Amino acid sequence: MIEFHSVTKQFPDGTLAVDDFSLVLPSRKTTVFVGSSGCGKTTLLRMINRMIDPSSGSIEIDGIDIASGSAVALRRSIGYVMQNSGLLPHRRVIDNVATVPLLKGVNKADAHAQALELLDTVGLDRALAHRYPSQLSGGQQQRVGVARGLAVNPNILLMDEPFGAVDPIVRDDLQQELLRLQRDLDKTVVFVTHDIDEAFLLGDQVVILEKGAQIAQVGTPKEILANPASDFVATFIGADRGKRRLAVDSTIARSGDDVVLVDGAGYVAGVIDAPGGVLPGAGVGGTTNSRARSVSNKTDQAGDA
Amino acid sequence: MNLFLDALNFLFDPANLTGTNSILSRLVDHLAYTGLSMAIALVIGLPLGLLVGHTGRGRNAVVAVSSAARALPTLGLIFLIILYTGLGVGPLIIVLVILAVPPLLAGAYSGLEAVNRQTIDAARAIGMTEWQILLKVEIPLAMPLIFGGIRSATLQVIATATIAGYVGLTGLGRFLIEGLALRDYKLALAGAILVIALALCVDAILALTGRLVVPHGVARGLARSTDKSDAPTPRLHGRVSSAPSNP
Ligand SMILES: Nc1ncnc2c1ncn2[C@@H]1O[C@H](COP(=O)(O)OP(=O)(O)O)[C@@H](O)[C@H]1O
Ligand SMILES: [Mg+2]
Repeated sequence: MIEFHSVTKQFPDGTLAVDDFSLVLPSRKTTVFVGSSGCGKTTLLRMINRMIDPSSGSIEIDGIDIASGSAVALRRSIGYVMQNSGLLPHRRVIDNVATVPLLKGVNKADAHAQALELLDTVGLDRALAHRYPSQLSGGQQQRVGVARGLAVNPNILLMDEPFGAVDPIVRDDLQQELLRLQRDLDKTVVFVTHDIDEAFLLGDQVVILEKGAQIAQVGTPKEILANPASDFVATFIGADRGKRRLAVDSTIARSGDDVVLVDGAGYVAGVIDAPGGVLPGAGVGGTTNSRARSVSNKTDQAGDA
Repeated sequence: MNLFLDALNFLFDPANLTGTNSILSRLVDHLAYTGLSMAIALVIGLPLGLLVGHTGRGRNAVVAVSSAARALPTLGLIFLIILYTGLGVGPLIIVLVILAVPPLLAGAYSGLEAVNRQTIDAARAIGMTEWQILLKVEIPLAMPLIFGGIRSATLQVIATATIAGYVGLTGLGRFLIEGLALRDYKLALAGAILVIALALCVDAILALTGRLVVPHGVARGLARSTDKSDAPTPRLHGRVSSAPSNP
């Protein structure tokens, strides 16, 4: 459990990046900080591993103030994955993954064996272990970054827009992989993104932030979608434009057992099973095996909600 | 052309090879001046340059002092020092050190400055101490430029150590001085050839050493960043062209 108590960060140039932020991040859940660029997400995240020190307030991990120990020890106990992988370009993939265990004094053979297992975990071919980072694609580099983050078997994994720089198809893959990992590993994940769809996909707890890391709303994706707390939130999640509200399109001729759904603006959002022309939930029974197939990831959550 | 042949004859005459004032003994002296000056210059220049590069502080002062040092006329300076200290090997070494420090400094701090900030930030974020960042990240990545500085300093020192001949010392410069004084131009030419050959040999050795000390992943352009597009690089297999193309 990570707790922020009235945390404020003012940079030396006067920028108030985080203004009196308090929140509890539950253990073994994914908390996503989402908000537009410059709202203070990275600052919040980097205060957890003391890459940035708060100007006032305190942060506790499992009840212990993080300022009480050494910053280096704290950082070694927390996984950190950043947007541009941050791998060491002069070290092979396997050595990058094993970096922190080696610093902690694990012997080389063990650290390497474990690094190879981690490559499996993040879905990378072991054949890549002896490449240099520059010989990998962006998506592969991010996977190595995640493997390195997991190498010390941390309880906490911090991820700062880790999939921001890869193309949409690879991003999709990586997101699914993270969901799978999280089911298996059960870490406390703190994930930063400016993409609300990514936030809804990955977050158990989603924190929508405004400038100065002011909390606009905290909740599960369902809660936020069902009850946006303010106009700001409604706009941010796209509810005001009707993007989240789907309807059956009656103008398109039905084919087979699928019915086309459109969003509020009339754009095709996907199709839904409607055996015999009856919409799931509308008829008797029949709800259990119906599935919405969306056109894009953008409407996945809308379909679920 | 005749002069050139005469010079070669002199160089390959076994009688000139060993003994006092021979090619070999003067070569050893020349290398000794070079080695001693470089050792002192490395001890001064590298740590200072690394400190400036790691902290980013004091850069302006270092740039100002090194460009001033580069502008000093070597020969004038050595006579000036001799006026105060008298003849001896000291003034020569001082002058050579002053000559060697600026390129070493520049190589070290510009090498560290060129290391991608995100790479350093990530190293710190995963829990490296400042020393580990310097030793395991910054120095290896800066190695091409650091080593480039060492190489150019060494060559300048080898070339300039010929002035030892002017101030009562030996070294290969002695052949030049004696040749000019005696109007024995083949001797002067032989001296010049020796200095050039020595410089080329040392440079080749340093170039080979460079391949060993520059990490494989740090070929030019690869060192900058791991931030790239999704397209895999075309150079996929083996060592890449990771031969460090030395500057
Ligand atoms: N080192 C710094 N010095 C001064 N201002 C900073 C620094 N880092 C971030 N800021 C400012 O703090 C605010 C929040 O930044 P950041 O946390 O990086 O936002 P986000 O990650 O949400 O895009 C921005 O206005 C940014 O310009
Ligand atoms: Mg950010």
